[in-house]
Amino acid sequence: MEKLKKTYLGAIVLFLYAPILVLIAQSFNASRYRGQWTGFTWGWYERLIENEEIIAAFTNTLTIGVTSAVFATMLALVTALGMRQMGSRGRMLFRGLANVPLLNADIVTGISLMLLFLGVGLRLGYDTILLAHIVISLPYAMLCILPQVLAMDDVCYEAARDLGATPFTAFCKVILPELVPGIMAAFLLSFAMSADDFIVTYFTKGAGIETLTTEIYSELKLGVHPEMYALSALFFCGVLVFSALLMVNYKVIRRYREAGRKGAEA
Amino acid sequence: MNERITAQISSHRFLALPFILWAMFFIVLPLFFVLGTGLTNEAGDVTLANLLTVLQSEYLRALGLSVELALISTFICLLLAYPLCLILKAKRDKRGLLVFLLFLLPLWMNSLLTTMAWQTILEKHGLINMFLSYLGLPAVHLINTPAAIIIGMVYNFLPYMVLPLYVSLSRIDESIVEAARDLGANFWRTLRHVLLPLSLPGIVSGCTMVFIPALTTFVISALLGGNKVLLVGNIIEQEFTAAYDWQLGSALSMVLMVFIILNILLEAFTDNGEHRKKGRP
Repeated sequence: MEKLKKTYLGAIVLFLYAPILVLIAQSFNASRYRGQWTGFTWGWYERLIENEEIIAAFTNTLTIGVTSAVFATMLALVTALGMRQMGSRGRMLFRGLANVPLLNADIVTGISLMLLFLGVGLRLGYDTILLAHIVISLPYAMLCILPQVLAMDDVCYEAARDLGATPFTAFCKVILPELVPGIMAAFLLSFAMSADDFIVTYFTKGAGIETLTTEIYSELKLGVHPEMYALSALFFCGVLVFSALLMVNYKVIRRYREAGRKGAEA
Repeated sequence: MNERITAQISSHRFLALPFILWAMFFIVLPLFFVLGTGLTNEAGDVTLANLLTVLQSEYLRALGLSVELALISTFICLLLAYPLCLILKAKRDKRGLLVFLLFLLPLWMNSLLTTMAWQTILEKHGLINMFLSYLGLPAVHLINTPAAIIIGMVYNFLPYMVLPLYVSLSRIDESIVEAARDLGANFWRTLRHVLLPLSLPGIVSGCTMVFIPALTTFVISALLGGNKVLLVGNIIEQEFTAAYDWQLGSALSMVLMVFIILNILLEAFTDNGEHRKKGRP
């Protein structure tokens, strides 16, 4: 039974990682075309910095991701604070509304936003992508922030106000510090949603502007530049290192905690 | 003084105002634009002609195929994910986090690139056929078939099944499972009468989370179906980017919205049952 379990886990891991290994192998392939191996090279990593299209797409992905994540997080925070004072029916209505882009299919969200932008006379481009990305990442930001805000206690805020703090000072010194974990999570998840999105971006971008995902899609027909494989391989290594650090930290923290518990018992 | 502050706090409701404006303009209004485009013709007159066009055989066939492939991939995802989550549930204390991270890492890779890598694996002279010919076995024809699309869908959407399923399975109290075993139920009986009913909300929410993106994808079918297998997503994409028949594209999107609403209702229904059970003393 134990052996069967191990085989099963192994098979699923192989299924999940096979394409990733293929991508990493392709980033070292001397041939420009996938599917034929003509030798090992570091060349694509060197040329990555010189490929202006990829750098431009990367910059767009990064700036749109950060800006939309900041806006989505702020809007989610303000809304969550407002929802605190609502009855359960109002909260349910708000939650339902906020979840629409999450439950809706990306293709429907994409074309509906495109029709809206064109209908009100906006030109499709950087700004429309930015707006669309705030729309799709807002539900995720709300998911991160709302539970924390609803679980918060009013007492400290009231005490701060009682002692003469202005609402703004009380907010900055009492409420914000308590919500930092939720705000961080909301920002990171919103950024990830924005950077990984293809479908909504595809319908709301105009001609002449690309993000990384749309750049990949436009290259698919003629063959993706191998520099793209190099970039994704680098990115994957980054994520790998990050999770390894997380694991190590987790172990260290647990060891400290256990040591602390033993110390307390003794 | 204190009452004044409390009153002030409860007036903070106005903070939700920006969201109301935002939701009206960017969540509700766009959907009406789809309805408006789907229900009018080019001259702007209200008509049902677009919806009637959808009923033509080629669109119905694409819709039927999309539903079929989405159902099959959802079912395969469930079959793959359920044993996986059971194993992960048992491992929770030991190296659970490491194993779980291992399953979440591939999510970080761009799905367009991984789907393209599946092309390299599945194609005529791809990795699978190279391996088969190395073993002396006949080659299999996978690329540009519905089977290839199903593989792509399962690969891309499996995490959406694993996450809710894992959450609902790990919430089940281990002592309930032990009690069933103690009373003489074998593994299958425990699964059928204890684990499956208790994890039903997770199963439903996982299935809806896989079904909708699988039903509406156009990228996976374009890459692994080679434009030989047309799904409803591909037709919508073509109507908007190549054929410029936005009315027809919107009408097809309205059909998809019906599926989405059905899904939301299904999930809300199982969710309510869960709450009622919890509320019982």
